[in-house]
Amino acid sequence: MTDSEKLLQDLLAKQQTEKLKPKDRYEIPSQPMPAQDGVVRRNNIEEVATGYTETQARLEAMRCLQCKNAPCVAGCPVKIRIKDFVTEIADGNYGEALAIIKENSLLPAVCGRVCPQEVQCQEKCTVGKKFKDVDQAVAIGRLERFVADWDKNEGSIPDVATETGKKVAIIGSGPGGIVVAADCRRAGHDVTVFEAFHKPGGVLVYGIPEFRLPKAIVKEEIDVLGKMGVKIVCNFIVGRTRTIRQLMEEDGFDAVYVGVGAGLPKFMNMEGEQLVGVYSANEYLTRANLMKAYQFGKGADTPIAISKKVAVLGGGNVAMDSARTAVRLGAEKVYLVYRRSEIEMPARVEEVHHAKEEGIDFRILQNPKRVLGTEDGYVKGLECLKYELGEPDDSGRRRPVAIEGSEFTLDVDTVIVAIGNGANPLIGQTTPGLEFNRWGNIVVDENCKTSLDGVYAGGDIVLGAATVILAMGQGRIAAAAMNEFLQQDQ
Amino acid sequence: MGNRIVTKKQLSENVFTLEVESSLIAKARKPGQFVIVGIDAEAGERIPLTIAGADAEAGTITLIFQRVGKTTAQMADLEVGQEIGYIVGPLGMPTHIEKLGTVVCVGGGIGNAPLLPIATAMKAAGNKIITILGARTKELIILEDDFAKISDELIVVTDDGSYGRKGLVTEPLEEICGGDDKPDLAVVIGPGVMMKFCSQVTKKYDVPTQVSLNTIMVDGTGMCGGCRVEVGGETKFVCVDGPEFDGHKVDFDQMLRRLSAYKSQEQKAHQAYLDHKCRIGLKRNS
Repeated sequence: MTDSEKLLQDLLAKQQTEKLKPKDRYEIPSQPMPAQDGVVRRNNIEEVATGYTETQARLEAMRCLQCKNAPCVAGCPVKIRIKDFVTEIADGNYGEALAIIKENSLLPAVCGRVCPQEVQCQEKCTVGKKFKDVDQAVAIGRLERFVADWDKNEGSIPDVATETGKKVAIIGSGPGGIVVAADCRRAGHDVTVFEAFHKPGGVLVYGIPEFRLPKAIVKEEIDVLGKMGVKIVCNFIVGRTRTIRQLMEEDGFDAVYVGVGAGLPKFMNMEGEQLVGVYSANEYLTRANLMKAYQFGKGADTPIAISKKVAVLGGGNVAMDSARTAVRLGAEKVYLVYRRSEIEMPARVEEVHHAKEEGIDFRILQNPKRVLGTEDGYVKGLECLKYELGEPDDSGRRRPVAIEGSEFTLDVDTVIVAIGNGANPLIGQTTPGLEFNRWGNIVVDENCKTSLDGVYAGGDIVLGAATVILAMGQGRIAAAAMNEFLQQDQ
Repeated sequence: MGNRIVTKKQLSENVFTLEVESSLIAKARKPGQFVIVGIDAEAGERIPLTIAGADAEAGTITLIFQRVGKTTAQMADLEVGQEIGYIVGPLGMPTHIEKLGTVVCVGGGIGNAPLLPIATAMKAAGNKIITILGARTKELIILEDDFAKISDELIVVTDDGSYGRKGLVTEPLEEICGGDDKPDLAVVIGPGVMMKFCSQVTKKYDVPTQVSLNTIMVDGTGMCGGCRVEVGGETKFVCVDGPEFDGHKVDFDQMLRRLSAYKSQEQKAHQAYLDHKCRIGLKRNS
């Protein structure tokens, strides 16, 4: 018997006679996430974090103090009854735990993996506060993932109400679209999801890499939609194949949800950005993930740069994903160039940590000036400037200021630009009457309703750059409003 | 859904035309737009192809393509009744069709395919159409009869003189631009190098020039930025801002370099496909 198993047995025995006190709970060590070795995983695309064992999950769940006010719930964008599902895990009732999560989130296997819990539920956790370290908070995300994975073979399908005869169109099959599809279908509406790519899942399949979110998991979640009776139409671009107006006026859809994502990569507008070997992170990740470039020559036809030395520009999760993907595609040296300091990085701490373990060379307080090319147009280097931190700017972060004359060159053959996305103009160009703000994001009210009746929107096309869980949160709000709208309409 | 091949014709050694069932695209498409085609949703590449024509009533679109790599080789091996993996579109901004006066349409090789619907629409709008078609040799001139029907004047040139005038399309183009009936617009579609030199000619005579670019793409909706080109010093995405641009402003050299970014990998995939076909004894289609 391992020490952990022994500890769990002792705690369970103690619980038979008396309730665990906070002191007992504080003494349970925080359970680390088992992960593939940093060197080994550089050479494979398997998931990095391998998941809790049952013993670990129960021990971690027992660390929860069962706070009356449950501050964790307030930190969750979709208000999962966290305290309650954690209690069920502590008691070994995994099915019950999952049912509680599914009241509010259809995608626990996804959210358990990619939600930034450290700035949401876990940030508010009393245990973390006690130790003055958010890393010591109850690992809510890992527990969520544990029960979701435990359910893998169960395949529970939500109930669907009697058919209402109302038709709902959902544009985009990313996390927001999936939530709206499920919620509208549960209410008995006839739901069709339109996806521009040849596979559904949006950012979950083209953006987030296999080693962070296995595609089989996304497929299972989408299969659940199919089993509920949701129709998924791929290779269909709303705004081109059919417009929103045509869907509503000619094709009989009563309500539409626009969840198309951001989808217009930003570049830095610097010299040399058109050289061969400069990618947007969107393109690099799409080729690698959705189009399976990592299997080129072994079943897949999608080419991608064969890189030896790569510079990734940016400090967000997408930058980490790009850098770590480049490592797995065989790059010998990967730099991550970020103009602020590490504390300002928007990426999750866990992703930064994993990236460093995999040997990514962090170049903080540096920023590119131009891309240098060979005579025949290929990238041969990146000229950068060094920066220092000045006064705080509008975002409250200290403004990086270039140090004059500090130019130096990184010897690279590939540059991946991961500095965010603007709003894709396609829906706007083809939907008269739909209101946008000056950045091209769709304007919605508190119910995610747009300026057009029956048309709702959420996720990145409304928020700018957001997260999977925020898109899902908006999806929930929109779906509730849409269901109400469709009921009134009857 | 659909994508069944209704007719198939081989126009020259490596150029094929397929009429394919695709009712929504047939209804929505306008001249100048294109589609993205993929054969294998699990592991294949996605390639942009121009729409050479459509029959909205029959619900079919016509794709004309040149066999250059694996996906086009696979397409060329498909027969009537079989289905193309997936087709998505129509993509890109439609051509702005308007009555201008005289429009000179210059097509090179496979570029005749996207040029035809534009020339047809320009003719229908009341323009005088002068068409110049060029190719390396006689058998590579495609769609000549179709252009003959809608052109007020048709000039054919071949590099080797095996048909029509001997020479390059830039020669008759220069004569026309420098002549009495100076065109109001030039529409040039063909290989990058041809569009580059035609644009240089028309610039000399100050004839506004529209070119249609066919770059490497992934999604076709603006999401990846792989198709970007510099036009007048600005970065433009061919898939959403184009495919048509002012030929006088496009940085063709840069575009051509980006087009060849994956040449060796493309050849590898194509060769692997050919080897595989030989091994399993499929009939070669050339």
